[in-house]
Amino acid sequence: MESMDALTLFNTIRDLIDSQRLAVLCTQKDGHPYASLVAVAATPELDRIIFLTPVTTRKYDNLLACPNAAFLVNNSENRSEDIYQAAAVTATGTVTDVTDSEKLVLKTLYLKRHPHLASFAAAPTTALVCVKISRYFLVNRFQNVFELKVKP
Amino acid sequence: MTPLLDIQGILAAGRQKTGTKAFHMARLQENGFAVPRTWCIPTPVYEAYLADTGIQDRIGIELNRKAFDRMRWEEIWDVSLRIRNFFLNTPLPGPLEDRLTRVLAAACNDFPVAVRSSAPGEDEKASSFAGLHASFLNVTSSASILTHVRLVWASLFSDAALLYRKELGLSVERSTMAVLIQELIPSDCSGVFFSRNPADSSQMLIEAVWGLNQGLVDGDVDPDRWHLDRGNGRILVHHAPARSYCIQAGTGGVERVSLPLEMADKPSLETVMIDQVREAGCRLESIFGQPQDVEWTFWQGRFYVLQSRAITTSTAADTDDKRTWYLSLHRSYDNLRDLYDKIEHRLIPEMIQAAKDLGRINLSDLTPSDLCAEIDHRQAVYDHWVKVYWADFIPFAHGIRLFGQIYNDAVQPSDPYEFMTLLENTGLKSVRRNTLLEELAECIRTDPGLARTLKDHGTAPPDHLFSRRLDDFIDEFGDLSCTTGTGNECQYGDTAIIRILLAYARRPAKLPVPSDPGALEDAYLRSFAPDRQAYAKDLLHLGRESFRLRDDDNIHLGRIEARLHEAIQEGQARLSGPESEQEDLLCLTKIPALDAGAMAASGTAQNTEAGDQDAVYDRWFQARQIVGHPAGQGIARGTARVIRDPRDLTGFTEGEVLICQGVDPNMTFVIPLAAAVVEERGGMLIHGAIIAREYGLPCVTGADRILEYIRTGDRVTVDGYLGIVTCETDPV
Repeated sequence: MESMDALTLFNTIRDLIDSQRLAVLCTQKDGHPYASLVAVAATPELDRIIFLTPVTTRKYDNLLACPNAAFLVNNSENRSEDIYQAAAVTATGTVTDVTDSEKLVLKTLYLKRHPHLASFAAAPTTALVCVKISRYFLVNRFQNVFELKVKP
Repeated sequence: MTPLLDIQGILAAGRQKTGTKAFHMARLQENGFAVPRTWCIPTPVYEAYLADTGIQDRIGIELNRKAFDRMRWEEIWDVSLRIRNFFLNTPLPGPLEDRLTRVLAAACNDFPVAVRSSAPGEDEKASSFAGLHASFLNVTSSASILTHVRLVWASLFSDAALLYRKELGLSVERSTMAVLIQELIPSDCSGVFFSRNPADSSQMLIEAVWGLNQGLVDGDVDPDRWHLDRGNGRILVHHAPARSYCIQAGTGGVERVSLPLEMADKPSLETVMIDQVREAGCRLESIFGQPQDVEWTFWQGRFYVLQSRAITTSTAADTDDKRTWYLSLHRSYDNLRDLYDKIEHRLIPEMIQAAKDLGRINLSDLTPSDLCAEIDHRQAVYDHWVKVYWADFIPFAHGIRLFGQIYNDAVQPSDPYEFMTLLENTGLKSVRRNTLLEELAECIRTDPGLARTLKDHGTAPPDHLFSRRLDDFIDEFGDLSCTTGTGNECQYGDTAIIRILLAYARRPAKLPVPSDPGALEDAYLRSFAPDRQAYAKDLLHLGRESFRLRDDDNIHLGRIEARLHEAIQEGQARLSGPESEQEDLLCLTKIPALDAGAMAASGTAQNTEAGDQDAVYDRWFQARQIVGHPAGQGIARGTARVIRDPRDLTGFTEGEVLICQGVDPNMTFVIPLAAAVVEERGGMLIHGAIIAREYGLPCVTGADRILEYIRTGDRVTVDGYLGIVTCETDPV
């Protein structure tokens, strides 16, 4: 593997997240876990990951009850080579409130990444969820794992 | 596609599906040359086998576990061994096996054959894979042929083939292999012909041996060698070797047999035969349009061409990759036997004697000029034995590899390293040293007064039994200080060893884990025919000795090195003493190891490097899990002790996890204190792994860049089953 340091790891994670449109979101409520596929965007500093969701969904309900969340982004292609060629990154964090002005900036960032979701974003029953990320875990070559803490 | 092609089928299928070797054989017959009866299992059969059995996915995982250019030659060998075992343990899919068995029985069931590689791209001008892929001689029966076909396929991933393909830029994953099956010509004499001598383009070259070509190809039999003028074919010179042996077909393969006197005295080719070889070779050069490397044989007066390929113009041997040299050290059984006799009966006794002779001299009695001469002498003795180490001891370590391969072929175990069980617990010198340390530690454990004295004063009364036993130990193994000091200077005296013994005494004794390989040994021997039992036993003995000496030779070399360091240390003491200004001490300052300025600079550099590493360590980034290779089963958790410098060993305490670039056999006295061993260097057969297994410790090798990611004091878990090192981080 290439020599890994904080900057290399940061760039590798950012490239991986930028290469994928979707992530698996993990939530839980009352000890019951749940996983959902969501379209995500990350801030350039990787300190926040955002996604849109109808307010009636189970994931939204779960996050209201427990704001802790995890995302999984990976570049596997459903081929046998994925086991050693694919990389995956897990991000863990907590849902955070954002001001209206921040929301505007984040929504712009999000729609730049997913322009086809503009009408979905405009619906009054769609919520923009912002998760403040505390840590990333990158897995490559099957089992190598590196951890990056996001500076508070 | 038909799974077995005859000559016409080979010509029709073409080179891409039959490989260069098979295609050339067909061309040879087409052009009227006498060739053995020949068939080919084309590449689509190999590809179907890989896809249908799922082996290709397993190969992919093996090849991608670690970046190839980060693998040491030992790791490449390990990868190759594991892949070979996939092929050994995975039979052909039923319908394919049935079909091939039928056609092979019809074609060649009543005579022995050679089963040879024929990969597309092999034997071509720019990428000769001569000797990298496997060939097997004297194979009989369809079932045995099919087993050997799988081994030929596996040789696409031989260690040397993996390395050369990388050097030549060829894809490993997309490689394919056809197999050539040829009637085995018994051979009165055989050889090779170069229509252009690779070393002199104005010449042709013939090399010939009695019997089969195998002895020549393996380098076990010195050939007669004729240099011919490329212009007119005239013999320029004949080099006659000492002819003692030839290789002939024997039970289950080939064997080395002594030549009768009348053959030993006679060149293996007569002049008329030389002409025949030359004329055929020149004709082949004109047919294929470029200089040829031709293998041929004579049997009952008839000349056969066995193979013709372009002379390679460039190979990986041209590169400066040291791994190529290591992988070139393949040795045959006969070659290793000769080497063993030399090492065991001559070199090791000489090494022991050399260390003893050096130890007889009382350095403090020497005049300064005599001390200078003594240091020079010791340096020369040490340099000599380092050369011997590389020339003879390292190649002999390949006896382990040879035994492993033959064990796996015979027993076909699911674990490709099962053979190691038969080699371990065979009395390594380093294990004996550690056992003596345990006995000394037991003296301390059972004598609180002695423990107190050693702790407070660092030494025991001279008349104490402990002191006498310690002296005996130091006499045999040294005081261990050279491996815990700076490497340039030994902390002469008992300090280092007392510290280690106190650490030993603080915990219960830990002795090597006994193993009972009786059942495995029986199964191994049972897999050989009665007339091959002696060979099987001899091979096991060779493997065990190779395993033992791989470690012991370093201990012996370490003793000589320690004698050199003693003399250097005496020089240092004189230079820093009250008489240091004396003129006759000047000679000491000219000894590189005693160059005070260089020593100071070296010490500073080491310290700065270690300090900087800590300073720039970024706590926002952490390796959580690092994958290497499982090299010792078990799982253990403990505090990391990262060894960047031999001095780091002195602080080693019970229960720590030893993490280092590579364990030198002279360092392995700390292993009984360790909870687990992790090495950045890879391979199942490296010293740390060998000793860790002797003590039943979890061991992971080939943990890439682990010294960059883990610091002394980090809490780690070592999974020796999966080869994973996990660092404890804050809870998520």
